[in-house]
Amino acid sequence: MSSSTVVTPAVEPRSAAAPRGSTRPVPSRRARGGTAAWGVAPFAVYVALFLVLPTVIALATGFVDEDGAPTLDTVAALGDPFVLRGFGTSIALSAVTAVIGALLGALVSYAIVSARPEGMLRSVIDAASGVLAQFGGVMLAFAFIATIGIQGGVTVLLRDLAGIDIFADGVWLYESPGLILPYIYFQVPLMIIVFLPALESLKPQWAEANATLGGTTATFWWRIGIPVLWPSFLGSLLLLFANAFSSYATAAALTSQGQSIVPLQIRAALTSETLLGRENLAGALALGMVVVMVIVMTLYALLQRRADRWRR
Amino acid sequence: MIRSRFLAGAALAAAATLSLTACATDAEPTAAGGVDAATATSLADFGTLADLEAAAKAEGALNVIALPRDWANYGEIIDLFAERYPEITITEASPDASSAEEIQAAENLAGQDTAPDVFDLGLAVALTSTDYFAPYKVERWDDIPDALKEESGLFVGDYGGYMAVGYDPDAVPAPESLEDLLGEEYRGKVAINGDPTQAGAAFAAVGMATVQNGGDLDDFQAGIDFFEELNAAGNFVKIDPTPATVASGETPVVFDWDYLNNGYAAELDGQRNWEVVVFDGTGYAGYYNQAINKDAPNPAAARLWMEFLYSPEVQNLWLKGGARPVLEQAMVEAGEIDEELYAALPEAPADTVVPTAEQSDAAATLLGERWATAVQ
Repeated sequence: MSSSTVVTPAVEPRSAAAPRGSTRPVPSRRARGGTAAWGVAPFAVYVALFLVLPTVIALATGFVDEDGAPTLDTVAALGDPFVLRGFGTSIALSAVTAVIGALLGALVSYAIVSARPEGMLRSVIDAASGVLAQFGGVMLAFAFIATIGIQGGVTVLLRDLAGIDIFADGVWLYESPGLILPYIYFQVPLMIIVFLPALESLKPQWAEANATLGGTTATFWWRIGIPVLWPSFLGSLLLLFANAFSSYATAAALTSQGQSIVPLQIRAALTSETLLGRENLAGALALGMVVVMVIVMTLYALLQRRADRWRR
Repeated sequence: MIRSRFLAGAALAAAATLSLTACATDAEPTAAGGVDAATATSLADFGTLADLEAAAKAEGALNVIALPRDWANYGEIIDLFAERYPEITITEASPDASSAEEIQAAENLAGQDTAPDVFDLGLAVALTSTDYFAPYKVERWDDIPDALKEESGLFVGDYGGYMAVGYDPDAVPAPESLEDLLGEEYRGKVAINGDPTQAGAAFAAVGMATVQNGGDLDDFQAGIDFFEELNAAGNFVKIDPTPATVASGETPVVFDWDYLNNGYAAELDGQRNWEVVVFDGTGYAGYYNQAINKDAPNPAAARLWMEFLYSPEVQNLWLKGGARPVLEQAMVEAGEIDEELYAALPEAPADTVVPTAEQSDAAATLLGERWATAVQ
């Protein structure tokens, strides 16, 4: 997985405004704005160098041919059946692992939300989620090869002790469906990280109000819980989708044939020693990925705005 | 801790100063006797081998790229060069890079000290990248078969072999033909070295399957069909074989060049048995090519490396790695070949085919369109 997806827990700090009536001098709006602008300057430079510039280059290479002359051919190549199937597989894989990861992660979050925040259980799960959500790439691929690869520990145990051959119909671990398992492995902890704070924002007073007015648990969830949580849930789902969509190294280490997903097709276009002169296709593919990501991230931003209403 | 870091910093600074000074002197003609090494097209331009050696030693460095040490005995060859010319520091960049990446490295690093001096390339990349090469004819040029060299000396074949199948005799029965691999005993066991739309060796595996499956090199469809059947039978395992996957038993059957398969056998000697078979009938051969970067930062060392590779001693080292040296015939006639190693090569098939540039292009296009669907 690309660990480049920066995970921002969807918690807002509790209101940081000075308490009313405080005698502390409040800096004037202009001065505050000025300092803040200088403060974010390094971040702005970082974004420009590592996000804006590469995006512009990727977009530009999609529109020029090998000799640098403008062309629409490479972008038209996005309609190629091979490329379309790549986007199809990428989107399907990301969607499936996002949905499974989101459901499992939400269930785990629900199970632990009532545990004491400083308790052992919470600390362990928090820490483990933080680590496991970033445990991707070649390490993760290796972990899977070592456990359920053809000669993996679990595979051999199952075969020798229980007589079960998990690869009886072919070795699926090294094909696109085989990617689902490793992807879920990092999706579930990511879901816990981003969804747990939303669950915590369900205020106990709401449950009390519901009970006072004669509501049942079912009414609580139907009338309060789900309406409050769904924007966060969908937002997290989109984040998981984006996370899987941009993953590269796990797939690159596990499968070597067919170049099923778009990031692997980009690699093939850049490094192939048999199909030459397709570097610009990589630019067009990156352009396609950027479009998908922009859509996902816009939806995410809209949903986050809705979800934030209940966290103030 | 702090101390060692300071020392490392000082060493870095010293190295930087040294390389800067090196840059400054590079601007002068480097070779002895006022020869500009960068435009020399043969040993005669330098005078004698000793003059070339002196010029290369004056440069003191050689950058090679994409030479895996377990590939056709490259490890031993590089070590021999280092031993013979201790004055020349060899920098081995990205051993596992592809041929296309070698050319990219030359482009990205152009004008820098770290740019590759020499290339080792598959034929497709060599044919399309001639703009990057400096023409140079090694001393044994005339002994190299015409079909395996570019006539102006831009690139030249060096070592090659037949596409072969390596297998673990303890895990699977010995395959005698391509058909055998479709059998029940090979379920989830057959791998090819890379994706044929990416890697030359895998491309050749499909080429071999084509000629063994009733097709010819004008149309690789028969080969694609074979792998589609292999996949449908559940026999195709989509993992990149390496000595590690062979050792662990994950890839008990591997399509690869015979010299690479022999390399697996040598490397795993004592751990795992590994047999190599070149199927009867039509064989598929392929040679790798050497070329000099026209912007080589060490032009004399690059030329010395070429002369070194085409010396009978090093050609015999290819043979030791199980590859067929390009000077094979000439060395047999001159009695320079290592008879014992030569006899150990697998028997060559009755017919041998090598794709032409056009056939290679057409096959690449076809694979680009069909391969992913065929093995899904």
